[in-house]
Amino acid sequence: MKFAIVEFPGSNCDHDAYYAAKHVLGQQAEFIWHKDTDLHGADVVVLPGGFSYGDYLRTGAIARFSPIMTRVREFADAGGPVIGICNGFQVLLEAGLLEGALLSNRRLKFLCQHVHVRVEQTDTPFTCGAAVGQVLKLPIAHGEGNYYAAPETVAAIEANRQVLFRYCAADGAVSDAANPNGSLAAIAGVCNAARNVVGLMPHPERACESVLGSADGRVVLESAVAALTV
Amino acid sequence: MSIDQTTIDEHGLNADEYQRLLEILGREPTMTELGIFSVMWSEHCSYKSSRLHLRRLPTEGPRVVQGPGENAGAVDIGDGLTAVFKIESHNHPSFIEPYQGAATGVGGIIRDIFTMGARPIALLNSLRFGTLDDPATRRLVDGVVAGIAGYGNSIGIPTLGGEIAFEPSYAGNPLVNVFCLGVAKADQLAKGVASGAGNPVYYVGAKTGRDGIHGATMASAEFDEHSAEKRPAVQVGDPFMEKLLLEACLEVMQTGALVGIQDMGAAGLTCSTSEMGARGDVGIEIDVSLVPQRETGMTPYEIMLSESQERMLLVARQGREAEVEQVFEKWDLHAVRIGEVRDDGRLRIRDHDEVVAEIPNRQLADRAPLYNRSTERPAYLAQAQQLDVAALAAPAALSGTWLDLLRAPVIASKRWVYRQYDHMVRTNTVVLPGLGAGVVRVKGTGRALAFSVDGNGRYCYLDPAEGGRLAVAEAARNVACAGAVPIGATNCLNFGNPERPEIMWQFAQAVDGIAEACRALGIPITGGNVSLYNETDGQAIYPTPVLGVVGLIDDATRVLTRVFPAVGLEIVLLGDAAGELGGSEYLTLAHGLVGGRPAAVDLDRERALQTLLVDVARDGLIGSAHDCAEGGFAVTLAECCVESGGVGARVELSGPGGPDDRFLLVRALFGEAPSRVVVSALPGTRDRLLARARALSVPATVIGHTGGERLAISVAGVGVADIGLVEAEQAWANGLTRYFEAAVA
Repeated sequence: MKFAIVEFPGSNCDHDAYYAAKHVLGQQAEFIWHKDTDLHGADVVVLPGGFSYGDYLRTGAIARFSPIMTRVREFADAGGPVIGICNGFQVLLEAGLLEGALLSNRRLKFLCQHVHVRVEQTDTPFTCGAAVGQVLKLPIAHGEGNYYAAPETVAAIEANRQVLFRYCAADGAVSDAANPNGSLAAIAGVCNAARNVVGLMPHPERACESVLGSADGRVVLESAVAALTV
Repeated sequence: MSIDQTTIDEHGLNADEYQRLLEILGREPTMTELGIFSVMWSEHCSYKSSRLHLRRLPTEGPRVVQGPGENAGAVDIGDGLTAVFKIESHNHPSFIEPYQGAATGVGGIIRDIFTMGARPIALLNSLRFGTLDDPATRRLVDGVVAGIAGYGNSIGIPTLGGEIAFEPSYAGNPLVNVFCLGVAKADQLAKGVASGAGNPVYYVGAKTGRDGIHGATMASAEFDEHSAEKRPAVQVGDPFMEKLLLEACLEVMQTGALVGIQDMGAAGLTCSTSEMGARGDVGIEIDVSLVPQRETGMTPYEIMLSESQERMLLVARQGREAEVEQVFEKWDLHAVRIGEVRDDGRLRIRDHDEVVAEIPNRQLADRAPLYNRSTERPAYLAQAQQLDVAALAAPAALSGTWLDLLRAPVIASKRWVYRQYDHMVRTNTVVLPGLGAGVVRVKGTGRALAFSVDGNGRYCYLDPAEGGRLAVAEAARNVACAGAVPIGATNCLNFGNPERPEIMWQFAQAVDGIAEACRALGIPITGGNVSLYNETDGQAIYPTPVLGVVGLIDDATRVLTRVFPAVGLEIVLLGDAAGELGGSEYLTLAHGLVGGRPAAVDLDRERALQTLLVDVARDGLIGSAHDCAEGGFAVTLAECCVESGGVGARVELSGPGGPDDRFLLVRALFGEAPSRVVVSALPGTRDRLLARARALSVPATVIGHTGGERLAISVAGVGVADIGLVEAEQAWANGLTRYFEAAVA
């Protein structure tokens, strides 16, 4: 199966996603330039991390206007699996494909470190290979990852079981101390109502090999492979 | 128009230099020409005070693919690949405007690396500030760290940490040295050389503004209370633009349509046009009216001297212009043809049809001033070195001193700093910051590169030659502790005003020390940077050479860190039992003194130790390795335990006499000396480890075991220092952070 890695100007985790899909998972992968208007027959779309357009405006605010985003939306509307990681998550929020917003980290500094997240739901193409309650050790690297949404929105996505990942301690316990950026309800990742579009701030593609300190992220990408191979 | 003496003075040219200019031109210069000579012959661009000395550095070796003289050096790492790396300073701009000064320093060194055709894969930095009790220093630190993070994170090159120290000597003149490492195919290295008359010269990247005019001249003068007024000479960085340039340049190099490429760093368009021409022994003619400009009404002088960031100069092959232009169009960059290569050897600058400068290229480069400045041993040295450390009172409670050292900002955890840096992007980071040398794997090869930047201003202040040797030895040792063979080095030489004989003496001594150590350890210097005039109000910084050493590991899965990996392992000290207190962190912390002499390095033994480390790491005999640096053995032992997940240590030292010899005890615990490394032997390997050490004549002593919840040191069976692991971790974790997080809360 084939992963499309969308490249916006300023994307910088594009190569990481490509490497994980192609060289770690052994799947096909192709970069899709943001000016492209075709997904080249991809089965999964990845919006990678980075600083699209320098993030000089709101993060992701310009990238959502890129020509390829029309195709990404059509692909998502047709039920195709789409994952936005970090800046890609921010783009999906700006594009209205996911709900909520990402504010500056509560301590206002960029944060790069390993965190733990708990898998909350497994009926999506990016979590189906994991177990509910499974704790993943994943890196974060962002300045604006503080998930926020209006109380009624949070209530709705909680009710619809759209929160997929929550920041937690190594034992899976959710607490303020284990929440690195101040996200509401410790939300690290969500999906849309149809459950095929997923966004998360941690970087599963950076945690696919033990030589890098964690291979816990593989399950996210392998889930997509499993979901589509069935 | 005639140039008056005031104008010449303002351009920093002395009478001899101006006379030389007149000889080269055979007439009075135009203003643009005066500006060009001024920046090209500034200390920053011409190395006029340092060149003579730099010749003594060893620059050749079997692995050297590119030595000094290009944008960066390159060494062979096998599989047809080269490691391309360099270190550079951005001290003066960072003092004036910390965020942008540091950010553009990062941008500049990254351009140097990708200009060589290399994909940048890691950054490090070496920082020096005043002490943190001063709010002005904290603001500087905050700004510099944020600037480094802002640029590196956005462009997507991991910053793996580096080193940071705090010392009153740097209060008025902080040091911001940045190191970048890239990887390139050996047969695809690009050069900053122009050739082929008629080949088009392209300008690409950000537009030219009035920012940074005379930045190179600023970096070649001392600071005084008016320095803040120089803010317009600091540039503003745009990492997004540089990201586009990086990708586009690497892509355009693949077409084979390029002849040469150079970034516009210090002295901007002037330096890139004249250097590319001089290297290829050709002329370059450009029309400044074609240069994309951000502001209106810019004069040719301003355009030639602007140091606007994120700009590149390219020479393409005639007839293949479309290929070059297409790549840049893809990235929404516009390659603008501003001139072409000529065979007349002249740098000719036109403004439309008017020639505003015409200079023989080679002479501008070759006849740059070269000074053999006078040197004199500084008066302070004799007294500073005389300090009788044995006469100083030893602390009553060694455990308390141990904790105080762990709390010292220079020793404490730098997590507050490095977690602001994206250190994992590009998925090559094998060793996270704070655990030892930076280590990145080289995808597709199974190998890894380790690198470290080190320098100790105190040691150099007390003995510049020894300080130079120690800096090389430490950087190489850190790399060897990761299991890597040191294969190349770059240096950043930060000193005061070279026109003062005592500063020049420090410089010459330090270069001698570096050269000697590099020769002895077989590590060639492939390039670097000199930063002089690091003075404020006549007060020079400590002489601070910073060495960046790159090492190669054949098996990326055999990389070691400082952390004890398990309980129940035998701890082995490689090297002498005690260090010296001269120039030590202990001396400053406990007695408020900087004096005595640093321990001398025995380069033969250092080389043997590094050979041993690489051998036993490769063969899986040891589980961790950490060298004894600031704070001595006790601090090193604690650093092997913190962040280990609760592994303590109990050791017995037999070397330093009895438990009642307080001076020897302090030397054993807190004394500093090179060629000392604490390793943990993996189960069943101790005898082989000791045999290997014996074969290489490296002293090796089994001193204890890992495990327990305490860090305990005894001598002749009597406990002399004992702290709880949790207590140690807290002291160490908060020592630096406490100065910053309180303000944020």
